[in-house]
Amino acid sequence: MGGHGVYVWPAYGLTAAAFAWMVLSTIRTLRARRKLERELAALGQARRPRREARS
Amino acid sequence: MTAARFSLHRYANPAQFERLASAILPWSAGAAVLLLGTGLYFGLLDSPPDYQQGDSVRIMYVHVPAAIMSEMVYYMMAAAAVAGIIWKHALADVFVKAAAPLGAAFTLICLVAGSLWGRPTWGTYWVWDARLTSELILFFLYLGYIALVDAFDDPQRGLKFGAIWVLVGTADLPIIKFSVYWWNSLHQTSSLFAKGGPTIATGMLIPLLLMIGGFAAFFVSVVLLRVDSELLARRIQAWRTAAGEGAA
Repeated sequence: MGGHGVYVWPAYGLTAAAFAWMVLSTIRTLRARRKLERELAALGQARRPRREARS
Repeated sequence: MTAARFSLHRYANPAQFERLASAILPWSAGAAVLLLGTGLYFGLLDSPPDYQQGDSVRIMYVHVPAAIMSEMVYYMMAAAAVAGIIWKHALADVFVKAAAPLGAAFTLICLVAGSLWGRPTWGTYWVWDARLTSELILFFLYLGYIALVDAFDDPQRGLKFGAIWVLVGTADLPIIKFSVYWWNSLHQTSSLFAKGGPTIATGMLIPLLLMIGGFAAFFVSVVLLRVDSELLARRIQAWRTAAGEGAA
């Protein structure tokens, strides 16, 4: 890099790190919310028979 | 106006949006990988060094796309904020909230990569030049939105004030764009969007355009996932609210 590697590579490194953060944080949050949705849906299913039995 | 409003509201239905997003995502993600891969190859390995700046010019292939995206994302957020306030579009606030962290990330890349480029080119990492300062303000606008939206107990109030924040902040965008023409600026004027066409050598222009396309395709892919995630968060909140009312 003609002596400019000390500037070029950190610039690309930061870009790669920022891209990785954007992707990984998005996927992590999406997976956690999908898991919570499934758990809430299962809880909702479990509560329905108990409500029906009470009425 | 009526026809435009109909086509906007067609995708206000979250289920409709999710079907559209599922169709688009594989293509946008594939385009991002292809464009970024070829852009990086040509930018780092195949393009010539600059006759004055040497190999430090290769920072351009991340700095310029990041700069373009930092402004484009804010423009899109502002348009969505208007759609949310005027037409009460159901997905408008969701998009603004989903896009803000991405815009902040692009702005940070622009600032830091530009700073690293400035050291060998200008002899300094930073100057309080109009372009640099207004771009830094844009970064604070993004951070301010992210903090503001989550500062309210009522999420809807947070989104509403956030939309107003975004619209007020749009005053910064023409300053970023035209500062290099209005004032004596250390930052150069545009070489890509110059009168008479780009003034960059073809060997540099091609990787630059590939990287700009790659950054844009990447944004589309990630924002679709983030909007999906925000819609999911709303459904979860609605269930929790309904469960709380059911128990009471």
